[in-house]
Amino acid sequence: MDKTVGSTADAVSAIPDGATVMIGGFGGSGAPIELIHALIDQYQATGGPKNLTVINNNAGNGRIGIAAMIDAGMVRKMICSFPRSSDPRAFTDRYLAGEIELELVPQGTLAERIRAGGAGIPAFYTPTAYGTELAEGKVIAEFDGRHYVQERWLKADFAIVKAQLGDTYGNLTYNKAGRNFNPLMCMAAAVTIAQVSRIVPAGDIDPEHVITPGIFVNGVVEVAHPQQEEELIRAGVAYA
Amino acid sequence: MTLDTREDIKLSNAQIAWRAAQDIEDDAYVNLGIGFPEMVARFQPPGRQAIFHTENGILNFGEAPPAGEEDWDLINAGKKAVTLKPGAAFFHHADSFAMVRGGHLDVAILGAYQVAQNGDLANWRVGSKGVPAVGGAMDLVHGAKQVFVITEHVTKDGKPKLVDTCTFPLTGVGCITRVYTSHAVIDIKGGRFVVREKLAAMTMDELQAMTGAPLHTDGPVAELTVPTL
Repeated sequence: MDKTVGSTADAVSAIPDGATVMIGGFGGSGAPIELIHALIDQYQATGGPKNLTVINNNAGNGRIGIAAMIDAGMVRKMICSFPRSSDPRAFTDRYLAGEIELELVPQGTLAERIRAGGAGIPAFYTPTAYGTELAEGKVIAEFDGRHYVQERWLKADFAIVKAQLGDTYGNLTYNKAGRNFNPLMCMAAAVTIAQVSRIVPAGDIDPEHVITPGIFVNGVVEVAHPQQEEELIRAGVAYA
Repeated sequence: MTLDTREDIKLSNAQIAWRAAQDIEDDAYVNLGIGFPEMVARFQPPGRQAIFHTENGILNFGEAPPAGEEDWDLINAGKKAVTLKPGAAFFHHADSFAMVRGGHLDVAILGAYQVAQNGDLANWRVGSKGVPAVGGAMDLVHGAKQVFVITEHVTKDGKPKLVDTCTFPLTGVGCITRVYTSHAVIDIKGGRFVVREKLAAMTMDELQAMTGAPLHTDGPVAELTVPTL
């Protein structure tokens, strides 16, 4: 088995118009910047993919990454918990102009919906958001005297994630808090592509240290020196 | 009538944070909300060491590193760079919120726009304008054994923040157990505000005048004392 993909461009080439795409990361931590930028390159070269639904904790920062996807006009809808950042202009402008849809989901509910999607659990009950406007229209049930909100699983056509080590079987490790949503998204997408700092032969990652087992991963592409969103933002970089 | 909000004697934010920190026990698992609540970590009493949790997947993180030494994969929920303490752990987001909702945290401390006498909290948006953003606020109010609010007692324009019923959109229902304000420490018990401590320089009537719902006592009200910070 060899899940290695030769380039970031090849890795994202199958993502079509209208796809739902989970993108890993929490702010810039664990964000697959090179895969996102490869997707933007593809859009600028071919006009697609567009009308994407993007699932991420945030909605981009500055003029790179998801913000640059929004600026380019590729994103129809964001599903996220916190569409604010130090420079949220890309999302804010389009949202206030009515040009992008927002499904706002509490952060823990977002994580659990993605986990449920990957685990084959169509719905679950959570105390989060009970009695608030984010529970409006949802099924409520009482268990042991407390009220809970029914939430549905979240799945995607593609997930693009960032990991640290990947082997040819797709087993992944992560870097510190860069783990965040990445392992969950690997599980919840029909096709998962991971950019990793280093691809190693099968057997080089101790099975005790595998965080995402390769069964959840379809492609692994090496980006040896990944950029950090935070540093790009501080440097005022715009990806266009 | 202009309300006398006793601005002259009120505690600073640091002093409010200091007072809340005195109630966090050694070895407690604690989540501090983004912003003002993060200040509580600075004021742990000597000899006590809480273990701080951040939603994005770290237990037992410490202070910010020196400028230039940041690792941007090592950040807190406010996306600020942090460091690790011995015994730290990383985990993914679903495990992180299992810690929150599953009752594994001892204390969560949050800011507030309004707290109602029944424990309802409003702290995520003040109206329907702009871009809504909730983050982990609605999750954090469920599951921790104690959910504290730290806040000014009144708004900048002198309106009560401790109210009969929240008028801003709710973050959670009946979830707050204690409020540390610029003037008092108040428990929420049986749907009522019960005063535990107040500044010695004010009367109960003055405190009541700044509060949007009836204050109660069920024992002596202690003096709220804090150091100069």
